[in-house]
Amino acid sequence: MNVLFFEVTLLLYFLGTVLFLTQLAGRWEKGSHASFAVAGAGFFFHTLALVSRMIEAGHIPLTSMHEALSFFSWALVLVFLVVELRYRVHILGSFILPLAFISLISAAALPREIRALEPIFRNVWMHVTLSLLGTVAFAVAFIAGLMYLIQEHMLKSKHLDGLYRKLPALDFLDELNGRAISMGFPLLTLGIITGALFAEFARGSFLNWNAEQIGALGTWLFYLIVLLGRVTVGWRAKKAAYLTVVGFAGVVFTLVGVILKGQHPFA
Amino acid sequence: MNIVAVGLNHRTAPVELRERLAVTEARLPEALARLKRWPGIDEGVILSTCNRVELYAVVKDTELGLESLSEYMVTIAADVSPGEVEPHLYRLDGADAVKHLFRVAASLDSMVIGEPQILGQVKEAFEAALAGKSTGVVLNKVVKKAISVGKRVRTETGIAENAVSVSYAAVELAKKIFQNLAEKTVLLVGAGEMGKLAARHFISAGVRRVLITNRNYDRALDVAKRFNALPVPFDEFHHEMAGADIVVCATAADSFVIGPEDVQRALHSRRNRPMFLIDISDPRNIDPAVGTLDNAYLYNIDDLQGQVDMNIEQRLREARNAEDIVRAEVPSIVMWMKSLEVVPTIVALRHRANEIQRAEIERIMAKLGDLSPRQRALVEELAAAITNKLLHSPLIALKAEADSPNGSLFAETTQRLFDLEKELQRMSSESSSEQGRRE
Repeated sequence: MNVLFFEVTLLLYFLGTVLFLTQLAGRWEKGSHASFAVAGAGFFFHTLALVSRMIEAGHIPLTSMHEALSFFSWALVLVFLVVELRYRVHILGSFILPLAFISLISAAALPREIRALEPIFRNVWMHVTLSLLGTVAFAVAFIAGLMYLIQEHMLKSKHLDGLYRKLPALDFLDELNGRAISMGFPLLTLGIITGALFAEFARGSFLNWNAEQIGALGTWLFYLIVLLGRVTVGWRAKKAAYLTVVGFAGVVFTLVGVILKGQHPFA
Repeated sequence: MNIVAVGLNHRTAPVELRERLAVTEARLPEALARLKRWPGIDEGVILSTCNRVELYAVVKDTELGLESLSEYMVTIAADVSPGEVEPHLYRLDGADAVKHLFRVAASLDSMVIGEPQILGQVKEAFEAALAGKSTGVVLNKVVKKAISVGKRVRTETGIAENAVSVSYAAVELAKKIFQNLAEKTVLLVGAGEMGKLAARHFISAGVRRVLITNRNYDRALDVAKRFNALPVPFDEFHHEMAGADIVVCATAADSFVIGPEDVQRALHSRRNRPMFLIDISDPRNIDPAVGTLDNAYLYNIDDLQGQVDMNIEQRLREARNAEDIVRAEVPSIVMWMKSLEVVPTIVALRHRANEIQRAEIERIMAKLGDLSPRQRALVEELAAAITNKLLHSPLIALKAEADSPNGSLFAETTQRLFDLEKELQRMSSESSSEQGRRE
């Protein structure tokens, strides 16, 4: 059952991505309702897929890379729906939906079978959920930063058409960026702490200096600096946007590393 | 006699040149007085705004008049050469000049079609010309008509709806930098008309905190009171920039008032919160180098055109209706100008002939003594037949030439041949007293 829901979701996210990208490029104003409805429907089926998978597995489905990516994609779309309903920043969908789709299709390419959970991994979902939600926040910060840089470029180059009209105000994007980071950072911190505790519990060592642990710590340090810079010396606006765009590249790099090497305990 | 116009505007000339040729309010009386004395110019009006410098004049000879006006244009600024100015000038005469003025007043020639300032600026230019006594019968009528056409276009077409002006364009831009204008602060540097208009736009867009500075502090106080704003002494406004999200610069200064180091300092204290700087002054008051700073967004008058272009398409539809109104109004004023020469000549000629006829009949009747009514009628018929036959071809010729470029030549010749000067003077004094009664 969860597989069917998953396929439907994949199809809807694909359709949503196409609709949102069409709007980004063109002037199809009427498409906004359709694309929102498609994204909403996709989210609905995605939720069904996750719930049915949880029932089938008998545990929280966050034990494989497939499940992690699927959850990541689900949380991204959730953020979009909430922000859209609250602030009416429709264009956010044109950035989030493609990312959600890419993430979900990557999940589709990975082994999808539900694995029997060894008792030792019973509580690993906490570490995974926190880390993933942190990553979602950084993804939102990345998107806000990207939108900021585009809008900033439009305003500086005085090219006041096309995307300029669709993108929201700079300070809104900066605030979205700042909030995403300040939510993502504690989540990642907790994710790392729970991960270390779990490693200590499962393997007897907090750290064994493998690539993704170094990547995670590097990411954590990077966002710590970004966050401190914002609070203390005014690393906001363009600088913050730039840093979060670059920083997310590091996050993706770490994630891809984890997937390719398959070293992470649950991958 | 003809009406001619020489000018340059935002489409034909760069802002730098317009700045140099701009006739400021203070210099206008002197410029008008000089224009009045300029060779070949009978009447003159100077329209100088941020976007245009235009001279309207009534001249005897069209070609010489246009030449003379172009020469005058170059003399407005001490440091420009004819070669710099000439390529940017447009020269219009007769119906074209009238139509241009109508289009300008109707805001059809503005950077922002339908923007409301230009009509007021035309009125001010006209009032200044009236005060300087540089206008006469022709321009008084033509400019008044232009103003009424401008009003008609505004009320009868949708050209002024969705009010778009340079100030409004600035507000729209501000909304792309700041989500919520209500919590932003606007610093208005220079309390002139353009600045006040911009401030008014920002206030109606929700801005609650406005600071106003002006070189003349009393004026800043006065304007601040009206806008419920905070006055700031001019030599202290740089310190207030750190708290200002939006800086509107519209002073009459002829050099930069805000430089990159001022903005850099403000940005630093603001912890890099973006600043939107709008330079709507002409000449520019904010150093263009400010625009290269991160998180500082500098737009000058020319830049705002970019924003405005987006709405122009929409307005073009309405503008077509406005053009129809203008087109319909031009011929009547052109006919009036022509008639100003030909028709009174015809009337004067007829009048003079009738008077001679009547006087001669009286004289001959006195000599002939008692006549039968039939004989009397025959004498009158004879006199009438002679005058009518004699006047027939000159009148036909005059009427035919009324619409041609030679109309004035024919009118003048007729006036000389038949000695109509006195008659015309009497008629014009009668008609003006009649007009006075009507008003």
